[in-house]
Amino acid sequence: MKKTDLNALGKVTKFIGMTALAAGVSLAHAADDTIKVGVLHSLSGTMAISETTLKDTVLMMVEEQNKKGGLLGKKLEAVVVDPASNWPLFAEKTRELLEKEDVDVIFGCWTSVSRKSVLPVVEELNGLLFYPVQYEGEESSYNVFYTGAAPNQQAIPAVDYLINDLGVERFVLAGTDYVYPRTTNKILESYLKSKGVDAKDIMINYTPFGHSDWQTIVSDVKKFGSAGKKTAVVSTINGDANVPFYKELANQGVKSEDIPVVAFSVGEEELSGFDTAPLVGHLAAWNYFQSAESDQNEEFIEQWHKYIGSEKRVTNDPMEATYIGFNMWAKAVEKAGSEEVDKVRTAMYGIEVPNLTGGTAVMNVNHHLSKPVLIGEIQEDGQFEIVWATDEEVPGDAWTDYLPESKNLISDWTAPVNCGNYNTVTKSCGGAVATGE
Amino acid sequence: MLSVFRQVMLYLAVLCCAVNAHAAADSMKPDTELHALAQQLIDAGFREKKALTEALVEINDPKTLEFSQVMVNGDLYYRKDDRVVVIKGEDKITSFFNGEVIEIASSRDIKKISVNNSLRTILRSGIARLQIFSPVASVRKQAAVNLLKSADDIDSVTLSRAMAEEKNSEVKDILSLVQGIKSLESGDSATRLAGIDALAGSLYPDVRGALANFVRAAESDGRASEVKAATDALEKIEDLLRVNAVIENLYFGLALGAVLLLAAIGLAITFGVMGVINMAHGEMIMLGAYTTYVVQQLMPDHIGLSLAVAIPAAFLVSGLVGVAIERGVIRHLYGRPLETLLATFGISLVLQQAVRSIFSPLNREVATPDWMAGTFMINPALELTYNRLYIIIFSLVVLALLALVLKRTLFGLQMRAVTMNRPMASSMGIRTGWVDALTFGLGSGIAGIAGVALSQLTNVGPNMGQAYIIDSFMVVVFGGVGNLWGTLVGAMSLGVVNKLLEPWAGAVVAKILVLVFIILFIQKRPRGLFALKGRAADMG
Repeated sequence: MKKTDLNALGKVTKFIGMTALAAGVSLAHAADDTIKVGVLHSLSGTMAISETTLKDTVLMMVEEQNKKGGLLGKKLEAVVVDPASNWPLFAEKTRELLEKEDVDVIFGCWTSVSRKSVLPVVEELNGLLFYPVQYEGEESSYNVFYTGAAPNQQAIPAVDYLINDLGVERFVLAGTDYVYPRTTNKILESYLKSKGVDAKDIMINYTPFGHSDWQTIVSDVKKFGSAGKKTAVVSTINGDANVPFYKELANQGVKSEDIPVVAFSVGEEELSGFDTAPLVGHLAAWNYFQSAESDQNEEFIEQWHKYIGSEKRVTNDPMEATYIGFNMWAKAVEKAGSEEVDKVRTAMYGIEVPNLTGGTAVMNVNHHLSKPVLIGEIQEDGQFEIVWATDEEVPGDAWTDYLPESKNLISDWTAPVNCGNYNTVTKSCGGAVATGE
Repeated sequence: MLSVFRQVMLYLAVLCCAVNAHAAADSMKPDTELHALAQQLIDAGFREKKALTEALVEINDPKTLEFSQVMVNGDLYYRKDDRVVVIKGEDKITSFFNGEVIEIASSRDIKKISVNNSLRTILRSGIARLQIFSPVASVRKQAAVNLLKSADDIDSVTLSRAMAEEKNSEVKDILSLVQGIKSLESGDSATRLAGIDALAGSLYPDVRGALANFVRAAESDGRASEVKAATDALEKIEDLLRVNAVIENLYFGLALGAVLLLAAIGLAITFGVMGVINMAHGEMIMLGAYTTYVVQQLMPDHIGLSLAVAIPAAFLVSGLVGVAIERGVIRHLYGRPLETLLATFGISLVLQQAVRSIFSPLNREVATPDWMAGTFMINPALELTYNRLYIIIFSLVVLALLALVLKRTLFGLQMRAVTMNRPMASSMGIRTGWVDALTFGLGSGIAGIAGVALSQLTNVGPNMGQAYIIDSFMVVVFGGVGNLWGTLVGAMSLGVVNKLLEPWAGAVVAKILVLVFIILFIQKRPRGLFALKGRAADMG
């Protein structure tokens, strides 16, 4: 149409007009015809090891979506920032994404402390954050969707497996000294006591980030484990401290048959750093393993290998959570017919997308997912053999039922409750209320 | 048209399957009980497998033992198209039941018959029962130790026969412990008491566990005399364990001290002798560790030898980088400690980023040779890990060699001369500039050697050096600047103090307490444990 108009004009005017029009069109295109996706993962510093993979996952999903023609007829444009494993910088970068870049959604964060730092900013500016990592719960923000596991989707089922299937009666709760392990262990301790486990049969141990001398702790675990009751270690040890920990376990001859270690922060990516032959049989609990058999998973792995250019790269649980989160958001945008935060949020509730383990993930009104829980045993090739799985998807519980301070709290972001921490006994909202609408 | 096509396809498919099934039936007709069970294992879920495995270890077949061993090691696979059970070896795949070597097109053609922890437990117990009559004494010993975990599984007739046939006294002792554990379950009080008697004083964790369980059971039944006997026996074991725990803790302390010593020796030269505040010291350690990684990549088939190659290689790499740093930067900054600190800190960041760019920010896997794995067993409750043992010895050897170089060689003499009195040394014809460079290179090279050792204990990544820089300075300052002996005593005492505090204070608090202790100590003795006296002290 433009072309016919222009044909009527003289040669010179045509040239000038074309240039001007082209410039105008492309400007308008940038403003209206793209949906901006913010990526907030550390690309440098201590967390870069884990978070870089998730940045690549989001970019891959964006590319894939654009190949399918984008969303609502608009192209997706990823805006990548680097918060550099620096917690206050996470807040600054979020502000930059929301105010300067004006992104429509953010995929990001790994550690709980980074999420806590981002929280006030997304709430103030009414942003939308998808958080893809398993975490300690006790939170539900109007502006955050939690696609990783809550404690009842990882820690509690894992302990149930230890008690029911392995007959474990004595527990070592070992963790890195920060908020996620401390809260998780508090929940587990209270849960174990409710299951009739004696306080004498629970040993709790914390170590600093990057701890490398595990001699004493492993030796203590061995002693703790020789009291006649089947003993297991529940590990919330985070980051690369796991490597010397597992090496010491192997060196001191702690076998998985005698004292199994079940880990909540060790996945395929973490195991790709070392020889797993001495660790065969130790466990991990996740909502996804690369070894899961399903068509979606095969497709996803193939897509990932192609995107990253290496057959050796593994997939892991936070990647699946990113995959689910992205697909849900895309579906919600289409359902809402708009990328506006408030409309997308309303469209999110009850939305269903296939997960990678062959089932369906559902977004609940408390901003948490329903997911299956899997327990895997480490194999010699660094993969996990799935030895146990829940029969159906477990809905994520934002507020655990096993701590006295949160057992009466629920989160429901739909009318009439519309509250992130609603007390079902006093029938009152503890403060986190919707402000956007 | 389409339907005809579909019919043809269907026919072909059926034909194909029939042929396959026929072939399978020929080669795979289960002729033994074991073979039939193996076929059932292929399809079973973990719950069915458990029952099958329990039955499996009872099958009286000459191949049961081998089958269990292959299965427990996770080498048991089957070919998907004809369900032949195969063993996946290092380089070839063999059929389990007829020993034929099998060629497969892709690794996806075979599938693992997976085992989990509970299956492994059943299998190991079964293997132990079969191996208790093995002609090899060490195999019998391992079997007997495994039976301690599952004493209920062996029947008393077999156990008595094994004990009667046993000639090796060590194995016999363990077997009598097995019998002791078994008799705790006996219906007769005298037998139970005899069992307790047999178990008293044994340090095997399983014995302690069995006694503890027995006490719990006896308490609930109100068998007072037995409770007392078992409690006494446990008490005796606890006493022995306490002695062992002290020795073990000392060992852990020495091992930690050896790590500190290795990290600090290089710094004792660059900081202690030359007085350079070298913030890039940790990165020299890191370079040594990465050299180990590269050496292992170059000789993947000789991991056992790789460390021997890596030690001189790491010394050269870190040493040369050290010489370059000294010639390029530090020699312009002598006498300006603040600038030296900043410059070397900058260098450390440059080196970290260089490694990040070359090797990626991810940690690298450095393999541990077989001879470094495992434990040296003194008694069942006290096992010294080989890797730490070697590192203690290694750190002492490095220190001794360094002392020898400093005290007995011409280079050592020149080095001491230069650091004591530069103008005088220079006028005696010593090229002080080169001595400085070589001294710095020596210190850095030794840090590189430390990196080789540390690569066996911890993560090899761009940030690994930072974990050791504080500890190194701590040891050198605590031990007394400029004194190798002080570095040794400083490292070992900090290691031991840390480990003695850890059991009751926890890892985090123990480390804090050690730092507080050092602050107080330096207030009292600013020159460290072994201060140099006289004129030399002013040079440090």
